[in-house]
Amino acid sequence: MEMSSLCQRRSIIRSRRFSLPDTITFGLIVGVFVGSTAGYLGSIMVSKHMALVGDALSHVALPGLALGILFNFNPFIGAFAFLAATVIVTWYLQKSTTLSVEAIIGVLFVLALAIGILITPQVDLLEALFGDVSKITFTDTIITVLVSVSVIFVTKTIYQKLAVSMISKELAIASRIKVERINLIYLFLVAIIVALGIKEVGTLLVGALVIVPAAAAKNISSTLSRYSLMSAIFGLASATSGVILSSYVNLPAGPLVVIVGAAIFAGGVVVSSLSKRLKNQKSMRSTSTAI
Amino acid sequence: MSDVPRPENSGSNQSQAEASDMLVVSELGVRSQNKTILEEVSFKVKKGTSLAIVGPNGGGKTTLFRALLNLIPYTGMIRWNEEVRMGYVPQSLVSTDLPISVEEFLRFKCKTDFDTCIKSVGLEKDILRQSLRSLSGGELQRILIAWAIVDNPTVLLFDEPTSGVDIGAEEPIYDKVNNLKKEIGITIFLISHNMHVVMHYADYVLALNKRVLFFGDRKSLTHSQLLSIIYGNEFALSEEEHHKE
Repeated sequence: MEMSSLCQRRSIIRSRRFSLPDTITFGLIVGVFVGSTAGYLGSIMVSKHMALVGDALSHVALPGLALGILFNFNPFIGAFAFLAATVIVTWYLQKSTTLSVEAIIGVLFVLALAIGILITPQVDLLEALFGDVSKITFTDTIITVLVSVSVIFVTKTIYQKLAVSMISKELAIASRIKVERINLIYLFLVAIIVALGIKEVGTLLVGALVIVPAAAAKNISSTLSRYSLMSAIFGLASATSGVILSSYVNLPAGPLVVIVGAAIFAGGVVVSSLSKRLKNQKSMRSTSTAI
Repeated sequence: MSDVPRPENSGSNQSQAEASDMLVVSELGVRSQNKTILEEVSFKVKKGTSLAIVGPNGGGKTTLFRALLNLIPYTGMIRWNEEVRMGYVPQSLVSTDLPISVEEFLRFKCKTDFDTCIKSVGLEKDILRQSLRSLSGGELQRILIAWAIVDNPTVLLFDEPTSGVDIGAEEPIYDKVNNLKKEIGITIFLISHNMHVVMHYADYVLALNKRVLFFGDRKSLTHSQLLSIIYGNEFALSEEEHHKE
């Protein structure tokens, strides 16, 4: 009797552990694809010293999202339309004025945030700002998977060119790389992934998906291939862990995704400083042996 | 007072390109924020020759390179030969912040048969694993030269190629550049402040200070004549006295 109740309790615990509600499963799948793609894209953004651009760009989506809610169409389309418009305006102003990308996006971001907060219905504001995993539908998941795979494919195609243009614009142009064009394509890819990530973590925190994993990977990478791979893995790990944690502690996934990402970053800093210290000790030891 | 040869850039024949010309520049002008950076710059460069571009700081040497690379807007005409394949060696890199190894950097250009590619530019295997940001000035210049020549360019542009390099490491770099010209008939454009390098390695000299101060055969000038063109007679005389001492 006791044995059978014990078995029953074990199976309940097991089922609790391994079966997640459908909405969380969708959130998890979206987390895998958006997290890894955002991390991969972020490896370029962090090295371009545009980390804050990624963050600011995400807030620009808010008015588009609000229009989607108000006029009852897919908020992803509204968010993407605003992000794409911002990318084009930024790209144009950067080309035709002496303003930096940071300054242009800085202005557009506060303007968009102000308009977004004014027009978003009060009841939906919290969800728009911080996301809601439980609202992710089957269709959202399918769109996210297909679009993320396409974004990774395009990014992989232009990744080396982006890297060379970051090292030296002159060097890139002399090597027949169309720097302006690939920069525009890159900003569009960031806009797409930011729009996809909004439902999961919200407009306020989606920028973290792009920045934090790449910042963590940069600390512990010495080659480009390792850096981009680690960025994607850290992005995937933080997005999925955040979603799983949220289902257990009953808190919004967005902030948890960011906290997990920040913990990975802190771990990276510790590992990198320890390995530097070890290297220094080794080289000191070998010098003293030589003397 | 030294006799200074007259500039050879006057006359309408500068704008007419011949098959043996690698580059024809005519009436080139660059302005930025209402300031004239370059004006009325005209010169021609024959295939397989080397041109040193000299002049005081702010004289427009790097701007000329940027115009030749089509990086900035300009007025006038820049006409490259149809065979042009450009290699460019910058003074320094904008960002070596990116974690990228030398091998990954070079693989951008050496897409097939990497080993042969690396051998052809005389690089050893142990440098390939190093990170670009950990290289010394001399090592980085070697990598940048390798990057520039690895896909067989017909033209090489060097912007102060030894600016970050130790004194002893300068000569091998210039010897390498000179060999490239001799062996594969590459056309070389070289910005340098080092008059010894200019007199030793260039076939032609273009002295710039917003306008063309001199353009012509390097052999038609002595070291002090060149200094006097760029910096004025007083500077050239004091330099000469300094050398005598």
